[in-house]
Amino acid sequence: MTIPLLRIEDLRVTFSTRNGPVEALRGVSFDLRAGETLGIVGESGSGKSVTAFAATRLLDRAGRIADGRILFRGQDVSRLSDKEMRLLHGAALSMIFQNPRAALNPIRTVGLQLADALRAHAEMSAAAARAKALDLLKAVLIRDPERRLDAYPHELSGGMCQRVMIAIAIACEPALLIADEPTTGLDVTTQKTVMDLLARITAERGMAMILITHDLGLAAQYCGRVAVMEHGRLVEEAEPARLFSAPRHPYTKRLVAASPRLDSTLHDLVAGAAGAPGGAPGGAGVARADAPRPADPAGTPLLLEVRNLVKRYDGAVAVDDVSLAMRRGESLGLVGESGSGKSTMSRLICRLIDASAGDILFDGEAIGAIPARDFHRSRFRRDIQIVFQDPNDSLNPRFSAFDSIAQPVKRLTDLRGAALRARVLESADRSGLPPDLLDRFPHQLSGGQKARIGIARAIAVRPRLLVLDEPTAALDVSVQAVILGLLDRLRRDDDLAFLFVSHDLNVVRMMCDRTIVLQAGRVVEEGPSAALFARPRSAYARELLAAIPHFAPGPPLAAIA
Amino acid sequence: MAQAGSIARTAGRAGRRLLSSAPALFGVLVFTFLLMRVLPGDPAVFFASGPNAGKAEIEALRAQMGLDKPIPEQLVRYLGDIGTGQLGRSMTTGQPVLADLRERLPASLELTFSALLIALLLSVPLGVVAALRPGSPIDHGVRLLCALGVCVPTFVSGLLLIYVFYYLLGYAPDPTGRIDVFAASPPNITSFLLIDFALTGDWAGWRAAASQLVLPAVTMALFVIAPLARITRASMLAVLGSEFIRTARSVGLSRPRVIVTYALRNAILPVLTIAGIVFSTMLGANVLVEKVFSWPGVASYALDALLASDYAPVQGFVLLMAAIFVTVNLVVDILYGIADPRVSVT
Repeated sequence: MTIPLLRIEDLRVTFSTRNGPVEALRGVSFDLRAGETLGIVGESGSGKSVTAFAATRLLDRAGRIADGRILFRGQDVSRLSDKEMRLLHGAALSMIFQNPRAALNPIRTVGLQLADALRAHAEMSAAAARAKALDLLKAVLIRDPERRLDAYPHELSGGMCQRVMIAIAIACEPALLIADEPTTGLDVTTQKTVMDLLARITAERGMAMILITHDLGLAAQYCGRVAVMEHGRLVEEAEPARLFSAPRHPYTKRLVAASPRLDSTLHDLVAGAAGAPGGAPGGAGVARADAPRPADPAGTPLLLEVRNLVKRYDGAVAVDDVSLAMRRGESLGLVGESGSGKSTMSRLICRLIDASAGDILFDGEAIGAIPARDFHRSRFRRDIQIVFQDPNDSLNPRFSAFDSIAQPVKRLTDLRGAALRARVLESADRSGLPPDLLDRFPHQLSGGQKARIGIARAIAVRPRLLVLDEPTAALDVSVQAVILGLLDRLRRDDDLAFLFVSHDLNVVRMMCDRTIVLQAGRVVEEGPSAALFARPRSAYARELLAAIPHFAPGPPLAAIA
Repeated sequence: MAQAGSIARTAGRAGRRLLSSAPALFGVLVFTFLLMRVLPGDPAVFFASGPNAGKAEIEALRAQMGLDKPIPEQLVRYLGDIGTGQLGRSMTTGQPVLADLRERLPASLELTFSALLIALLLSVPLGVVAALRPGSPIDHGVRLLCALGVCVPTFVSGLLLIYVFYYLLGYAPDPTGRIDVFAASPPNITSFLLIDFALTGDWAGWRAAASQLVLPAVTMALFVIAPLARITRASMLAVLGSEFIRTARSVGLSRPRVIVTYALRNAILPVLTIAGIVFSTMLGANVLVEKVFSWPGVASYALDALLASDYAPVQGFVLLMAAIFVTVNLVVDILYGIADPRVSVT
C-alpha cells in the first residue's frame, strides 16, 4: 500500500480566547491520495477552515495544534521547523482563500506578486520570473495578460483576483491545493468559471485538491469524495452521490434537507432544518399549501409601480430604464449578478438614493419626487422598510437588540413607554427572537439571531412593502431555511409585499410569486417564478440557472431546458 | 505616456490644493494680526530710548510705526504689505523680517529634518520589532522607551545629553549654534550646512557641522519617537493580521520578504501621515531645543520677538509656519499617492 499524500490523524486544535481555551477540532482523521479531490462541507464553526489552516500550519497566533499528526508524504508537518515548513509552502502545498481581493497585497502589482511566489522556491532572474508569470496568467485564462501583469488587485474584479490567486497558488506546482471557500462572494457564473478552471488545472497537473465549502452542490459537483464536519468532528465521509442521496448521519441529513435545490419547496427546507442550531423558535408552522391569496377587488391601485427608472453614477448607468409593478401582498424577486443593478434598484425603491430619471409610485402617489434625504419625514417611510444583507454591519454595536428594534418605532410612530415596549416585544416574538435576548448587544448574538433583529426592526412599524436585500446571504443553510420560513409566514399573516433581492436563484424561486432578471441595469426577463425557472426564455437567465451547482436527486437541468 | 499623464494630473492636483489653502492662510494672517494687537505690551514703550523716555518720544515712535491708526486701517496696510511681499521690519534686529527668516529658516529646517530622520530610523524598527512579538519583553521595552521619550521634556533631555556627552565624556563640541565660531563657513549654496560642506567636499567641515547637529537633533528625535513608534506598531500589527500576509506565508516567501516587502510597505502608509504632522509640529515647537543649544533658528527668533512685543517677526513667523504646514501636508499627500496605488488622483 502506498502512503497517502496527506494523512490527518486525530487532529485536535484549540484556540486560546479571553474566556479560556476553545476546542476547534476534536479529533479529525482522514486520508487524501495524490491527485484526489476531497470536499469538506459544514456550517460556520464546524472547523473546516481550521482543518485547512492547521494542515498548512497557517493558524493564527491564538490557535495551537494540541494533539494528532498531520502526515504530508509521510512526514509530520506539525513537527517541522518554520524553515522546513517554508520550503513546503507553495512548493508542495498551497492555498486559495475566501476573499480573493483581501488575499492579495493591495500595493504590489499582480506580476510582482506572482514573481515573488516563483522566486521563493527557484533561482530565477526578474525577467524570467515575469515571463513565467505571464504564462501563469494565460493558464488561468486572464484576458489581456500582458497588461494585467502591471495591474494592482483593486483594478481587477473579484473573479479576476481569484484567478490571480490560483495562478500564485499553482506557480510552483504543488502536489496539494487547499481551496477555502474559493468562490463565496462571487457570482454564480463567475463561480462556475473559476471552479471549472480549478478542476481542469488540478486534473491536468495531477494535483490533489481539498475544497472547503458550505455549498453542498459545489462539493458534489467538483469532488470525488465529500466529508461532512460538525462541531470540530468529521461526522460522515462518502462519495457525493451516496452522501447526498442517502445521508446516514443525522447532521448530514439535516444539512442536505436544508440546502435549497432545483425542486425543493420552502416546506421541505424548513422541515429539514427543524432541530438545527438556532432553528428552535419560530421554525415550525410554515403554511404548507401555497394557496393563492384572493385577488384584490377591482380598482385597487397597485402597491408599487416603477416607470422607466434610471440611475447614473458619474456617467456609468447602474439602472437603465427599468419598469415594474407590484400588487399588495405580492412577492417579487429581483435576481442578477453583481453589477446588474439589483441593489441599486432596492435602494431607489426604499428611497435611500435619488433616481436620475423615471417615476416611483407607491399606492398611486409619486414618491420618487421626494428627495431621498427628506424621505424620512414622509408618511410613506413607515410603509417601506428594508432588511439589510449583513446582519452584523447593519446593527449599531452599541445598541441592544431592544434599542435596535425600538429605534424606528420611536422615530416613525407615536408609541412611547409601555406601548412602545409592547410593540417591540411583539415584533421580536413574531420574528422568533426570545425576549430574554433583547438586552443583549450584537456581539453577544449569533448570525441567525442578528438576522431576526433586522427583521423585527423592519416589521415593527407595520410596513406594507418589505425590501429584502440578500437577507440570508451571510447565514448558514440551516439558519437560512428557518429565516426563509419565518419571512414567508410573516408575509402571509400581514399581507406584506416583498421585494426580494438575491443572487441565490433557488431561494428566489421558493420565496417569490414573480421574478425579474436584471442584467447590466436592464430587465432581460420577467414572469411567474415557476415558469421562469422551469423554462427560461432569455439566454442570460438560462446561463444563470445552468451555473448553479446542484446535487441530485432531481432531474439534471439540461433535461428541463 | 501614462506616466507623463499621471505626473500632469498630480501637478494639477497639487496646484488646486495650494489654491484651496489660500483662504486658510488668509485667516491665519488676520487672526495673528489681531492676536498681536490684543496681547498686552506696547512696542512703542518697549523700543523707546529708555525707561525715562518722554511721552512725546513714545507718541512719535507710535506714529512712526503706524500704531496710532485705527486697527482696521493697520490691518489693511499690513495686508497690502504682505501682498507686495513685505513682512515688515524687526524692531529688535533692525532687519527686514523676510531677510531674518530667510537666514534662520535653513538652520531650523536642517535641525528638524535631521531629527525626523533620526526619529524615523529609530522608531520604525522599534515599532516593527514590537509588533512582531506583541506582549513580549521587547514590546514592553519599546513601550517604556516611548513613555520616557514623551515624559522627559526636551529641555531636560537636552541638558542631560549636554551634561553626559559634552561635560562628562567630551565627545560633543560645545552646544553653541550650528558651527564652531572659529571655523570657516562653507560657501552659501543651499544654506544647509551639511549639504554645502558635502558639495564643496570639505569633509572636515562636514564632520564639525554634523557633530554640532547631533545632540539637538537627538534631543528632538527622542521627543517624537513615541508617536512614530506607536503608530508603526499598531499599523504593523493590523497588517500582519491581514489576509494577504497569510497568502505570502502560504506560498513560502522568506520571512524578511514577508515582513519588509509585504507587511512594512503597507504599514508605513499611516506612519507617513503622522510623520508629516510631527514634522510641522517639531519645526514650530523646537524653540526649547533651539534655546538650549543656542541654535539660530526661526522659533527662538520668534520667541525673542514676542517677548519684545515686536509684531512683525511674530506675524511673519506664524505665516511661515502656516505655509510650511500646508506644503508638508501636500507633500505627504503626493507621497501617499505614490506609495498607495489605490489612492485615486482626485
